[in-house]
Amino acid sequence: MSGNKSSGVRYGMVIDVDKCTGCMACSVACQQENNVSFREDETNKLRSITWLEVFYLDNGKPYPEHRKAYMPRPCQHCDSSHHPYPYPPCTFVCPVNATHRDEETGLVNHIPVRCIGCRYCISACSYHARYFNWWDPKWPEPMEEMLTPDVSTRMRGVVEKCTMCIHRLQRAKNLAFMEGRRELEEGEYVPACVESCPAKAMTFGNLLDSHSEVAKLAKSPQAFRLLEKLKTKPKIYYLSSQDWIRKLADNVL
Amino acid sequence: MDSALIPEGVKRCSFKVFCLWLLVILGVIGWGVLGGFMVLWKGLNVTGLNDSFGFGLYITADLAIIALGAGAFFTGFLTYVIGKKELKDIINLAVVVGFICYTGAQIVLLLEIGQPIRGWFSFWHPNVHSMLTEVIFCITCYTIVLTVEYIPLILENRQLDKVPEFHYFSHNLHEIMVVFAATGTFLSFFHQGSLGGLYGVMFARPFAFRAGFFIWPWTFFLFVASAIASGPALTILVCKMVQGVSRKQLVGREAISLLAKVTGYLLTFYLIFKFLDTWWWATQTAPKMGMSFTEFFQGPYGMWLLVAELGVCGVLPAIILLIPKAREDDVLLIVACVLNCTGIVINRFVFTIQNLALPVLPFEELQIYVPTWTEWAPTVGVLAYGALLLSLSYRYLPMFPRERELNPID
Repeated sequence: MSGNKSSGVRYGMVIDVDKCTGCMACSVACQQENNVSFREDETNKLRSITWLEVFYLDNGKPYPEHRKAYMPRPCQHCDSSHHPYPYPPCTFVCPVNATHRDEETGLVNHIPVRCIGCRYCISACSYHARYFNWWDPKWPEPMEEMLTPDVSTRMRGVVEKCTMCIHRLQRAKNLAFMEGRRELEEGEYVPACVESCPAKAMTFGNLLDSHSEVAKLAKSPQAFRLLEKLKTKPKIYYLSSQDWIRKLADNVL
Repeated sequence: MDSALIPEGVKRCSFKVFCLWLLVILGVIGWGVLGGFMVLWKGLNVTGLNDSFGFGLYITADLAIIALGAGAFFTGFLTYVIGKKELKDIINLAVVVGFICYTGAQIVLLLEIGQPIRGWFSFWHPNVHSMLTEVIFCITCYTIVLTVEYIPLILENRQLDKVPEFHYFSHNLHEIMVVFAATGTFLSFFHQGSLGGLYGVMFARPFAFRAGFFIWPWTFFLFVASAIASGPALTILVCKMVQGVSRKQLVGREAISLLAKVTGYLLTFYLIFKFLDTWWWATQTAPKMGMSFTEFFQGPYGMWLLVAELGVCGVLPAIILLIPKAREDDVLLIVACVLNCTGIVINRFVFTIQNLALPVLPFEELQIYVPTWTEWAPTVGVLAYGALLLSLSYRYLPMFPRERELNPID
């Protein structure tokens, strides 16, 4: 773990790849919760907006050694803090401060109305976690009725990405405040993807809270992160007992 | 018909022929404007860009154009700050070429960003850590400097010069041109460098990332060096082209020879450090990120690009330009300059396209980028815009101070 720990909060996630069935309920829940736009023809996957993309992995071997797995990939909310780049690779490069890591929570947020759409952050991210709005969003009648009111829609020409449902954090904080509390309890703030997973493959919480489930799982010997050698320090941990999956997580000479 | 606007004592082609030429250029510009209009109206979905290729032809063209436009500031530096008087023959041309390059690049940038109306946000919400903020600031300021350097030339038009206020204004600007040349050198150094820094700081992209000095990755310095090595080469090429089309000698050979010598030395200097950087990146930086050197060259973006950039378009023109006899041969000089400029274009291409094409996650595949006509058209349109400005400047402005001396009219 890195980054500014003074707030004592660093939200992160652990995804158990061995449990993931590839049902994509998480991806759909995310799309619905965050008003992610879509088009009638989504065949061009390089123009689709999928804040939570599910990677398909296989070990490249024929039957009977063939194995496959599914790896959900939200934004990694990178915690990188090494000199001289103490910021995530994407926030560091934004010319207008439209994306920024909140050091109180560790979440990398974005301001759609400030984004100029230069796509430098998209180029900088090697996880492909960022998406550009190539078209204006259009929800067919009456789907606009089901838009989440807490999440602003994004127009054409701006970048967007997974926010870890930060609007749910805000809602949870507001509810806690009304009850006279400043601290959130475990489970009060949960992103839509984690809530929707039928296999309970996703765990979310404060990685710095040693009592939390997510912190314990992140320390498991089966835990790994994507592209660790790049020093991005992602806050999304994966679990797998399968060596071949762990080998696919990073480049090795 | 327009003879009153043509500088005194020089010949130009007939107005009818000039208008025909303008029609051709305007046709190409029109095609470019149509492409640009489609992008602004329909959105960037009409281009070949996608979520793998956030940067594409527009950015490659921008970087190449700006690098090649470095001839303006460097020739200005040599002329006014170092005091190389023979370059006064060619400095006006260098300034016009620079002006074309920078304004043209900004026209393309207008199309490149998803929200052109918000382009000014970088001035209001600057990110001090971002190289792109620095680029936006310096390119804007340097375009202002280039405009100020271009204005005296425009005001020297035969008819405009008759207005006393314009005459005194342009004369006074000439007197303090060294201030603008020095300012331009400072600004240009930083933004040429920051354009390199754009790539070198991408620590999640092994192909582009470089170690460096303090906050500046080595690509910062390499981009400055490559820009000043190729900018004067473009100035030479444009001069040769104008001389070829007009069938006249317009500048003293000593100006071209000096620029050719300087380009040769600068290209050699750049290549030494580029080879060192490539070796360090291949043996140290990339392996630490888990990548082997050969993994960076896949599919159409193969090793041939590296050989072309550093060998055919690097070492070869450097050798030609370092040999005095070869520099004095016009054909060899033009070949060397063309190769030099091509090498820089390849360099900008590989950092933009090859960088993004390469998978970083082990289970991903190489992507291929194919630009559409809405990307080609504005890019070519900008070149036509350059031809338009150059044609108008050559016809109506005293761009070449020694033209009359070298081409006496009987």
